[in-house]
Amino acid sequence: MKRYVNAGVISQEEIAQNIFSMWLDAGQIAAGAVPGQFISLYSADASRLLPRPISLCEIDREGGRLRIVYRIAGAGTREFSQLRAGDAVRILGPLGNGYPLEEKDSRHALLIAGGIGVPPMLALAKTLQCRKTIILGYRSERFLLQDFQGLGEIVTATEDGSAGVKGNVMDAIAAAHITGDVIYSCGPKPMLRAVKDLAMEQHITAWVSLEERMACGIGACLGCVCESTDVDAHSHVHNKRVCKDGPVFDAREVVL
Amino acid sequence: MIDLGIDLCGVKLKNPVMVCSGTFGSGAEYSEFVDLNRLGAVVTKGVAVTPWTGNPAPRIAETPSGMLNAIGLQNPGIDVFEERDLPYLAQFDTRVIVNVCGHSEEEYIACVKRLSENDTVDMLEINISCPNVREGGIAFGTDPKAVFAITNAIKKVSAKPVIMKLSPNVTDIAEIARAAEAGGADAISLINTITGMKIDVERQCFALANRTGGLSGPAIRPVAVRMVYQAAHAVSVPVIGMGGITCASDALEFILAGASAVSIGTANFHNPCTAAEVVDGIADYMERHHTDHVQSLVGAVK
Repeated sequence: MKRYVNAGVISQEEIAQNIFSMWLDAGQIAAGAVPGQFISLYSADASRLLPRPISLCEIDREGGRLRIVYRIAGAGTREFSQLRAGDAVRILGPLGNGYPLEEKDSRHALLIAGGIGVPPMLALAKTLQCRKTIILGYRSERFLLQDFQGLGEIVTATEDGSAGVKGNVMDAIAAAHITGDVIYSCGPKPMLRAVKDLAMEQHITAWVSLEERMACGIGACLGCVCESTDVDAHSHVHNKRVCKDGPVFDAREVVL
Repeated sequence: MIDLGIDLCGVKLKNPVMVCSGTFGSGAEYSEFVDLNRLGAVVTKGVAVTPWTGNPAPRIAETPSGMLNAIGLQNPGIDVFEERDLPYLAQFDTRVIVNVCGHSEEEYIACVKRLSENDTVDMLEINISCPNVREGGIAFGTDPKAVFAITNAIKKVSAKPVIMKLSPNVTDIAEIARAAEAGGADAISLINTITGMKIDVERQCFALANRTGGLSGPAIRPVAVRMVYQAAHAVSVPVIGMGGITCASDALEFILAGASAVSIGTANFHNPCTAAEVVDGIADYMERHHTDHVQSLVGAVK
C-alpha cells in the first residue's frame, strides 16, 4: 500500500561529488518496499510542484528506514541535499513494481549499472540470493563501492580510466568475457540498449529499470510512458507507464 | 448548518469540488489517498471512440509554479472505459462526469451517444480545448462558429447534461462562452491549459517531444480567475472554474469570481490528498464567514 507521509531525515552525507546519500525514517513505506521500487520526494517550495522520483538504494524493513542515493540534477535535488538529520521531507511510496527476486541459487545473475543507476543495485544485491557478478560503470569517481563488498564478484569501469576498466560497463563485460543466466540492470538509456542487445544475443532475460519525466508517480496521468512491444493493460495501445507498470521491465517488452 | 451542496444544471452535487480531467485517471489510482465519496464529482480522463496512443515522451516538464504536459489524450477508448472504468466509479457516492474527446464531429457524436445510454454517467464534459493534439480538441474550441456548431451537434444527441470545456488560448473568452451557450451547453468549464514551450538550454532541445505543451498549475491561476469572471458575466449557464487551484482559498477565488463549482487538477500531483482538503477548507471558510449555503458565494465579488 502506498503512503504519503512526512519522513524524518536520519542522516545525510555527500558520498561523491554532487552524489548524496540520505537515510529516511519512512515507517510503513519501508516495511512494504522491495528492490527496484522508488519513492517520490516533494519539494518544500510549492513553486516546484512535481515530485522527484528517486530509487531505493537500501531497504531496512524492520527498522522502517530507507536509503536513497541521488545526484543533484536541479533545484529540487539541491534542496534535498541540504536536508540534515532531524529535518523532514514529504514522500510518497513505495512506487513501481520492483525487480523479480525469485532466482534459484544455481543461477548466475549479472547486475549491470551505470552512473546514478548504481544505487538501486545495492538493495537488489542484498536481496538476491543467487551467484552475482556486479558490474558498475562510472564517469570518473566511483561511489558505493565499499557497500557492495561481499555481495558478489565486483567489476568496475570508469570512462576516464581512473579506476577499473577504461570505458563503460559493456567494455568491462567484453574484457573479462563475463556471461550469466539473467541480467538485472539500471542506467542511462544507451547502456540499457546495449544490455538488451547482449541479452538477445545470449538468449537470456534482462530486467531493465527505466527513467522518464513523471508527474503523478502513481499511474494516473500517463505522463511517463515508454513504448512497449505488446499492448499495455491500461490504454490498450503500446505505452506502458514507467511509474506503475515499471520502472522494471523485461527488456523484450519495451522499445529502447 | 453548512450546506456545501450545489445544483449543477439539474444534477445535485454534495459539494462544489471536483477533479480535472486528465489529472485523476478514472479515480482508481487516487482512491488510495482520497475517499472518492467525499468529492462532488470525478471528471474522468478524456475518452474517445477508439484507443488513442498519445504523444511520444517526454510528455512532462516542470516550470516555475507550474508544469507543461503534452500527453496527447492517450486513452483506452470507449469500450474498455465502459467495461472497466465506469463500473469502478459506480461503486462510489459521487457524481461521474465523463470527459469526451474526438478528432471529428462524428467521433464526438459516436462517443456521446454511447455514454448517453450509460446509467453511471451523470454529465458529459466535452473537450474542445486540448492544445496537444493537432486534429480535434482545440481545433473546435478557438472559433466561436465552430464552438457553436459542435455544441449544437452534441446537444442534439446527448441524453446527459453537456459541459463544454473551453480553451484559454483565445482572444475573447466571453465570445466563446456565449457561443457555447447559444449552441445549447448546459454548463461551461474553464480553463484548459495555456499553450507553452520549454527549451532545455544545456541540451539545446525542446523539453517536450511534442515541442509545445499545456501549461497548468498555480502559474496560470490569475489568468484562469480572470477568464472565469469574464465568462460568468457573459453567460447565464453555470461555470465550473479551474486553473491552478491548490487549496480552499484558491478555490474560493473562483467561486467568488462566478464559478458554481471548482476543479482540482495539477495540485493532485503535488499533494494527492488536495481535493478532499479543499472540501474541508471551504467548509471552514463558510463557518468563519457565517455562510450557510455555498451557492450564496457564487459570483459574490462583482
